[in-house]
Amino acid sequence: MERDDLIVNDSYALNNTHSEEQGVEIRKKIIKVTVLLSVITAIEVALGIFIKQGTTLWPVVKWSFIVMTLIKAFYIVAVFMHLGDERKSLRYVIILPYALFILYLLFIGITESNHINEIWLQYKP
Amino acid sequence: MASEATQAVDSSTLWGGGRSPFSVSYGKMMMWFFLVSDALTFSGLLVAYGYARHAYTGAWPIGEEVFYSLPGLSGHYPLIYVALMTFILIISSVTMVLAVEAGHRKDDKGVIKWLAWTIIGGFFFLGSQAWEWSHFIHGTPGYITMADNAKYWLTEEIPNNKTAADVANFGLIANKGSENERVIEGAEAVSIYEDKVMHVQGANMTINEYGPPQYGNFFFFITGFHGFHVFSGVVINIIIFIQVLKGVYRRRGHYEMVEKTGLYWHFVDLVWVFVFTFFYLI
Repeated sequence: MERDDLIVNDSYALNNTHSEEQGVEIRKKIIKVTVLLSVITAIEVALGIFIKQGTTLWPVVKWSFIVMTLIKAFYIVAVFMHLGDERKSLRYVIILPYALFILYLLFIGITESNHINEIWLQYKP
Repeated sequence: MASEATQAVDSSTLWGGGRSPFSVSYGKMMMWFFLVSDALTFSGLLVAYGYARHAYTGAWPIGEEVFYSLPGLSGHYPLIYVALMTFILIISSVTMVLAVEAGHRKDDKGVIKWLAWTIIGGFFFLGSQAWEWSHFIHGTPGYITMADNAKYWLTEEIPNNKTAADVANFGLIANKGSENERVIEGAEAVSIYEDKVMHVQGANMTINEYGPPQYGNFFFFITGFHGFHVFSGVVINIIIFIQVLKGVYRRRGHYEMVEKTGLYWHFVDLVWVFVFTFFYLI
């Protein structure tokens, strides 16, 4: 296992200041992510406008929306909130409990609403 | 930093106290924990929304059919306005991360410039949301229901102090969306309108013209709760902005407060990314 006790990346600790060169690097990364987020949003909107719900392509589009959203979320958290630069222990303390709860909640929500939907279709006026 | 980067610290020393095992300050760690709990709240709301959306498949309205207007224009522009809102928030998130970056270089002017843009972006988003709410509440000319549950959509809006007979070109659309859709005009339409049981226009907490009542409730609660976060984010940003102007952080020697409010601001953007997908797109 990778050792976590080495302070490899301490660049956001209080005692640290970035140099001008580091600043240039970070800004480059920010611009890249900005372009990526904008392009993904534009693709999402275009798909939303041109592909209607209920068509044969819709399920693919729906899942691609979810995947694109997760990609956007990853870049916002990893780069803008620079969780990607934090230590591994902090990353896991934040991500794991959240993921665990939400996957569980999603499972319950989807299972239950499936069931309710069946009953609703059966008895709807 | 250079010396620390190569220095191995024994785990027991690390956890035994003296320094943070996470290598972050107390304040930043607590901001993260707060964001996790807030993320759980929003996820709970969105899962609840998904639950209702899924349980009512078929009766639930589709985002692009509800949100298609632009201020000052009368055409059909599905999703364009909300895409604009999303873009405003993403850009304000970018200016915030640039403010944080400037803070790391102790560049006062940069922090002030980018934080100012972030605040402006926040106000733009809040204004857009106010317009969208007002548009959602006001709605289209709406529909009427009859004693036999028939539903007719109005072609023209009836102003507050007028009746259907006063409106030129007043008409009703019967069986809207099906193959026997037809338009009723003139005196017949007015007489049907007079016999209505209920006129549903726009949205409120109990009924809306778009779909099940829960649709309106979820719209108000989720976008409202998010809008409240944006509002408090703008207020916090303004407070930090004033502190930067007063030179508090320059004297303190670090700009970590900018970074912490930055975390909150990015989180608000992150939530909107999910609201955009699950409320408007799917």
